[in-house]
Amino acid sequence: MDFTFNDEQTLIQGQVEQFIQRDYGWETRQSFISSDLGFGSDNWKTFAELGWLGISLSEDSGGFGGSAIDTMIVMEEFGKGLVLEPFLETVVLCAGLIDDAGSPEQKKDLLSEVVEGSMQLALAYAEPQSRFNLSDVMTEAKQDGDNFVLNGFKSVVMNGPNADQIIISTRTSGDQRDKQGISLFVVDSNSTGLSFRDYQTVDNRRASEITLESVIVPASALIGELNQGLQYLESSIDRAILAISAEAVGAMEVLYKTTVEYTKTREQFGTAIGKFQVLQHRMVDMFMEYEQCKSLLYMATMKHDESSPDARKSISGLKYQVGNASKFIGQQAVQLHGGMGVTDELNVGHYFKRLTTIGTIFGNSDHHLKQYTAL
Amino acid sequence: MDLSFSKEDLNFRQEVVDFLDNNYPDDIRERQDKRLPLDKEQNIRWQKILSKQGWFAVNWPTEYSGGPELSITQKYILQNVLAEYNTPVQLPFGVGMCGPVIYTFGTDKQKEEHLPSILNSDVWWCQGYSEPGSGSDLASLKMRADKEGDSYVINGSKTWTTLAQHADWIFCLVRTETTPIKQEGISFLLIDMKSAGIEVKPIITVDGSHEVNMVFFDNVTVPCENLVGEEGQGWNIAKFLLAHERSGIAGISSLKRELSRLRELSASTVVDEGNLLEDASFRAKIEQTEIELTATEFTELRTLAAMSNGGSPGAESSILKIKGTELQQTISELFVEMLGYYAHPFFTENELGSNDSIGPEYAGPVMPLYLNRRKVSIYGGSNEIQRNVISKAILGL
Repeated sequence: MDFTFNDEQTLIQGQVEQFIQRDYGWETRQSFISSDLGFGSDNWKTFAELGWLGISLSEDSGGFGGSAIDTMIVMEEFGKGLVLEPFLETVVLCAGLIDDAGSPEQKKDLLSEVVEGSMQLALAYAEPQSRFNLSDVMTEAKQDGDNFVLNGFKSVVMNGPNADQIIISTRTSGDQRDKQGISLFVVDSNSTGLSFRDYQTVDNRRASEITLESVIVPASALIGELNQGLQYLESSIDRAILAISAEAVGAMEVLYKTTVEYTKTREQFGTAIGKFQVLQHRMVDMFMEYEQCKSLLYMATMKHDESSPDARKSISGLKYQVGNASKFIGQQAVQLHGGMGVTDELNVGHYFKRLTTIGTIFGNSDHHLKQYTAL
Repeated sequence: MDLSFSKEDLNFRQEVVDFLDNNYPDDIRERQDKRLPLDKEQNIRWQKILSKQGWFAVNWPTEYSGGPELSITQKYILQNVLAEYNTPVQLPFGVGMCGPVIYTFGTDKQKEEHLPSILNSDVWWCQGYSEPGSGSDLASLKMRADKEGDSYVINGSKTWTTLAQHADWIFCLVRTETTPIKQEGISFLLIDMKSAGIEVKPIITVDGSHEVNMVFFDNVTVPCENLVGEEGQGWNIAKFLLAHERSGIAGISSLKRELSRLRELSASTVVDEGNLLEDASFRAKIEQTEIELTATEFTELRTLAAMSNGGSPGAESSILKIKGTELQQTISELFVEMLGYYAHPFFTENELGSNDSIGPEYAGPVMPLYLNRRKVSIYGGSNEIQRNVISKAILGL
């Protein structure tokens, strides 16, 4: 058993940490929010130059053959900087899925551009009625000669507004919630019949509602086997849960530390409020929640990389814990900052908002407790 | 002991229902039902409608309110029917806070000048308590009021001042003297917001709204006759007021309506073959919240009953503040949970009115409300401070 990072991993961690400290100051970050893109295009180039965009992709796909541990290292640092760039969506969710299940042509066409930094991707898996059930799919794909015709609706597609290509889950056979009969297609976002309603989410990221009206795609747009899409989707989202949990752990660390520092300097009743035992214990609890999440994160990430039989159960356990801890740490960080905690000006509220969405994305704590029980 | 309503009470209930059916304006109802904020004019118009009926300042002694004297049961009924109709929550600063201070501690001249305009909502009041360095430790406040002839000259700043951007007057705690015991140098002053030297600066909160402000005072001259009570008596008035404020913060009747709406909407939220209300873990949270809410409702009723028998809301009001605000937060959190991904699309309150909602029709204001309600366990004396009050004043620790 070994909980240390190897030299290469330590190097990457140092690189990302340095990037956050040097190039991702708070003012700069806030200026991205109101820009057209919603993140820094120069930053994305930097990610490409430093090799982060291919870190977890196989060498066959032009990547660097890394593991979920490498992704975890990057995402934890991103969490500390509250990074807006859609690494999770483009690299972890989509590129990972294509790397895993795509045809040689798809890998060649799409992944080289992802690694270069010239391609943005989004995964459209949720529908208005589906909640957290990945196999609840009403969007249809019907075969028509050499083509498929797609009709339906996809909701809250993260990074939808900036995506060049969208991976869309569709039903090609069976009933609405059947596990069999789901197929994934990669669709050009400029395709006829595809329409977007773009918006900002509460964590200042971008997402879209996507309507599909007779969108025609060639059979070569199918990812993997027909009707077998759920397994690819589940694998992709498992990796994404590990990644977003790492991001959460990074954000939790910043919040508990910021709160501790604040209570050392904020004076009321003639003393630093951090001297009050009730607040000390609260911060101890925040710290412990963070540590517990980090432990589950390491455990689940290693089990995933080792293809352990209980890897999926561990991932659900992790997401359950991360959902609860995100809420507790986020809410208490705001509470202990008092009025300042609820201002838009202070970064604490922004970390709180991101942790709030992370609690829901890919299934909330209730959902993953049920998954954990069932697995 | 008896829980039932008398025939008179039931008649009163019908009277309120009939009144609202005929007098609740459609435009305000529509904003309320869509969970959109009211503008200043709408707030004032609604308060005037209630006031004309004598149901605005129901907690004031009738010699000042001029209205009918309502029993506790009738006040309870009134609050509940108003909430069932989803009418706007009363803004407390004039009628709930400044009014009681003036009729309890003010001079005859102050009563004549201010009480009628509060009753009629002609003057909008805001509250100048917290300062950048004085939050939980309110008594450490520093805003100075130096006597010069017949006036005080005010210098300093107030923060978290709710809706100061609309206010005509502000009631302030000021320091008139530096005393060894910091509470003894505090006075209670009424200040016209049109006075020269006052500047209001907005504070934008995490939900993207402009509700609170910083208010700066630079050599503002205030006539000495605007002092309420004696110089140095301000802290006693502040304590009187905070107890009043806390007992009103709970907002139980509105929460009952919110919870039943949550129950209703969760029953129409699809989860696999069933709905969210059938989901055992979500259902348990709704029921637990209802039990806690019922307990808080009856704790409030017991407090009100004690008050009507001549008691004043003391440290018990801290229980209501803690439990009421925790419930507000829990319920807003359950709405977010109910929406799943559709809690994430975000529009500020200004954008909400002009945009079609993303997801279910009710989705838009849910996340902003959740974020906004983080403040309720902080303001009016943080819940940590309330627990200190209870441990000291009730448990004697």
